[in-house]
Amino acid sequence: MGEDVVVRVAGLAMHFPITSGLFLQRKIGLVKAVDGVSFAVRKGETLGLVGESGCGKTTVGKCVLQLYRPTSGSVFFEGQDLCRMSEGQLRQVRPRMQLIFQDPGESLDPRFTAADIVGEPMWIQGKAQGPAYRERIAELLSIVGLAPYMADRYPHEFSGGQRQRLGVARALALEPTFIVCDEPVSALDVSIQAQIINLLDDLQQKYGIAYLFIAHDLSVVRHLSDRVAVMYLGKIAEIAGRDALYQEPLHPYTQALLSAVPIPDPAVEAKRVPIILKGEVPSPINPPSGCVFHPRCPKAFGPCPTVVPVLADVSQDHQVSCLLYPPSWPPSAPP
Amino acid sequence: MTEAAAPAPVATVTRPRHTLWGDAWTRLRRNRLAIAGGSVIIVVALAAIFSPLITPYGFADQDLNSIMLGPTLAHPLGTDELGRDVLARLLYGARTSLAVGVFTQIIVVLIGLPLGAIAGAVGGRLDNMLMRFVDVMYAFPDILLIILLRAVFGGSIFMIFLAIGLVAWVNIARLTRGQVMSLKGRDFITAARVMGGSQRYVMLRHLVPNSLGPIIVVLTFNVPRAIFAEAALSYIGIGVRPPTPSWGAMIRDGYDLIFANSNLVLFPALSVGVLMLAFTFLGDGLRDALDPRLRR
Repeated sequence: MGEDVVVRVAGLAMHFPITSGLFLQRKIGLVKAVDGVSFAVRKGETLGLVGESGCGKTTVGKCVLQLYRPTSGSVFFEGQDLCRMSEGQLRQVRPRMQLIFQDPGESLDPRFTAADIVGEPMWIQGKAQGPAYRERIAELLSIVGLAPYMADRYPHEFSGGQRQRLGVARALALEPTFIVCDEPVSALDVSIQAQIINLLDDLQQKYGIAYLFIAHDLSVVRHLSDRVAVMYLGKIAEIAGRDALYQEPLHPYTQALLSAVPIPDPAVEAKRVPIILKGEVPSPINPPSGCVFHPRCPKAFGPCPTVVPVLADVSQDHQVSCLLYPPSWPPSAPP
Repeated sequence: MTEAAAPAPVATVTRPRHTLWGDAWTRLRRNRLAIAGGSVIIVVALAAIFSPLITPYGFADQDLNSIMLGPTLAHPLGTDELGRDVLARLLYGARTSLAVGVFTQIIVVLIGLPLGAIAGAVGGRLDNMLMRFVDVMYAFPDILLIILLRAVFGGSIFMIFLAIGLVAWVNIARLTRGQVMSLKGRDFITAARVMGGSQRYVMLRHLVPNSLGPIIVVLTFNVPRAIFAEAALSYIGIGVRPPTPSWGAMIRDGYDLIFANSNLVLFPALSVGVLMLAFTFLGDGLRDALDPRLRR
């Protein structure tokens, strides 16, 4: 690592206060949506971020882009700590890190034409002058597979897949080095999903953009990612290269997740034994002690309810946060 | 038949450009009541502007030889107790009433829209302070406040606009704030921020334009309320000064003579009613036309 890292997140935490009372706004609790997350995204690679609904995936994405100002921790983008920047300074950096949204309909202003939507980033950054602006819009539209004559249409005149292409074109407009894709295909039909995924893949090949690809569809993540991070209840359970993670998952939670993925081959599918987890995901307001996964973990043992595991290298480029693996034991309480 | 001709290549297919306001206009045109309302408003406005061309009489011309007449050829709507032509007073009174309706709404927009938009967009403590101020304004009895303002600022007609506008802006401020707050969480606002748009940019380019539909509708509904407020002020004697006619003042003056010549009340009251209905129908039509869910 080092030189080729675009984004490095260290100890990121986002706690939302729960307040009550009309005037005094007493704090009565904290939602620990993200609690001590660290990872890095290298130049031109895709880091998949998977986990159940409510585990904090999207919050991580928004914290990285500083749409939420994190409670603690740092987000280094091209070597600068975004968490220590003012809004004004952030605006200088924002063009190089963009976001693609889950719901393409929601993410486009209904009063803007396609040309306005794609051109808006250039407009905001003061790069919208002359014929070059119009040309760039046509170029961006054709990059994402839309015809230039569609430039004057409004979002409601496009299909869902076309709208998502507009969202992609808008994200590309300022030539970013890093894009957070927040479940960019989960609102689309399967056939359209494939088109958008291939588009994202092509763009990465062509422009070397790094993606933080947030999703809950494990097959999509497997197709697109170079490395994958698994989140559970605001913490990262496991990060590894894609093949290592899918073929040899180490964390019991990852194992359970992967065992739930249906296999296309019926003969193999018949032999698949899903690991059924007990109970529900606990509330992030009052997470379990020790390892947050221990109440549902099929392999939980003695120290799990008391010792908090740390994310540590178990093998080359494979980090796990589970007490089954000696490196995960915190230094204060060695195994 | 031209349809039988060879199909045109796809790239040259053209289609009418649809803008959002264009679409709304198309829907509005299909609404007969709204168009009727709009037409009535235009006719009244034209009549008010060109009243010297329509009637030979001035609004203050007295003819003590022909007082309290019923409708005649010389005086189509009769005359009042001073021999003034009722039609002339009605036409000139339309100027007052329409001016009150329109100018108060301009004041309402100038105060209510920015305050509401800022409160909604910034949120937090500023929002709290602004909205508590709005609550106080809202809780204060309108007529009492207008009387107070009239007493303080004196009697020119602009002060009437100002007084009515100063009590009516709170609704628009609340509406704008609500609109802005509901839009603020939408993804396209987040997108504008990710692109590096400042708060001012996001507010002016995204939040306010997208809030405009319902605001326009409420403003249209507000116009007849302002006209009626002026009529009420005139009725209790703190509206426009005689001899300047306003529909409300005419109703008040005619009320004393209702048994002698009921036309004096009837015609201005009818005019107020028709104009209020016209604005209401237009507002109703605008609400349907500007609702994006009905887009075809």
